Amino acid sequence: MIARVTVYPRREILDPQGKAIRDALARVGFAGVEDVRAGKSFEIRLGLEDRDLALRQLREMCQKLLANLVVEDYAVEILHAEGGERP
Amino acid sequence: MKCGVVVFPGSNCDHDVYHVWKHVLQQDATFLWHQDETVKDCDLVVLPGGFAYGDYLRAGALAALSPVMTAVKRHAAAGGLVLGVCNGFQVLLEAGLLPGAMRRNASQRFVCADVWLRVERDDLPFTRGLRAGQLLRVPVAHAEGNYEDSPQRLDALEAAGLVAFRYASPAGELDPAWNPNGAARAIAGICNPERNVLGLMPHPERCAEEILGSTDGLAIFSGALETLRHPKAAAATSATSAPEASAAAEAPDIARVEVGS
Repeated sequence: MIARVTVYPRREILDPQGKAIRDALARVGFAGVEDVRAGKSFEIRLGLEDRDLALRQLREMCQKLLANLVVEDYAVEILHAEGGERP
Repeated sequence: MKCGVVVFPGSNCDHDVYHVWKHVLQQDATFLWHQDETVKDCDLVVLPGGFAYGDYLRAGALAALSPVMTAVKRHAAAGGLVLGVCNGFQVLLEAGLLPGAMRRNASQRFVCADVWLRVERDDLPFTRGLRAGQLLRVPVAHAEGNYEDSPQRLDALEAAGLVAFRYASPAGELDPAWNPNGAARAIAGICNPERNVLGLMPHPERCAEEILGSTDGLAIFSGALETLRHPKAAAATSATSAPEASAAAEAPDIARVEVGS
């Protein structure tokens, strides 16, 4: 199955990169953008059939490596339950 | 006394540290490869600046999981001295040897400049040759030195007296204009509750000889050397700071980082 992990700065923490992107969006005409959080996305292919086990492993990956929980939050989702083709 | 300088793929201040220990202080020095599984009987281990593993994922995140870091953690747990400079400090944070995390500089720019460092603690193994309140002129060179932690954990860090250095004005005052990266509470360097692990963003190895224009950084290395030569004196020093030590005991959470351990 194919999963996506998203890691982004915690809401209460100033995200200088997101702020700079928000300001740049305003400069190209999107004045209504109130906030941008700039994060990372990981596409992960897992040789697993068990969805619950996969989600558990993905969260553990975030806690151990993919996210730094002092300053980042994460979200996990299964994109394709079967097959190995790219989404 | 033997200093081991860890070399990760992407370290670039390793030879500078080696030079200070070997040629300026005239001591034994060796390099430790990131895949080594011991610290080769070194008394002091230094994690140097650079871009370990290309700073992939997050600065220090992948280096923190390399085999040598298991040995460095063992060395630290046994009371051995560990110093992390710049990227080395980031590795110590990601490895959970020091609390907190680094974000990108508030300016969004790589900053390369001399800064003023105010010495907060003169009773640490690395700072015994300094005096509290003293100002040091030391260069910084980083894009992610914006130290951050939760307000509660920052309070605990301060209450335990574990902030070793802060960015300050030439008059020694805390001023956002003299904070090069936006670090919380102007924190430039911290130590662990046991005080044998120190991390700082500025580069003391780049100002340890007259020919470089400043010798302000040398005291951090010579302080470590003195501590290694006279460990009893260091123990006496820490005994005089018992109030801070008890504050550390009241903040049991301080050295725990939720990830990377």
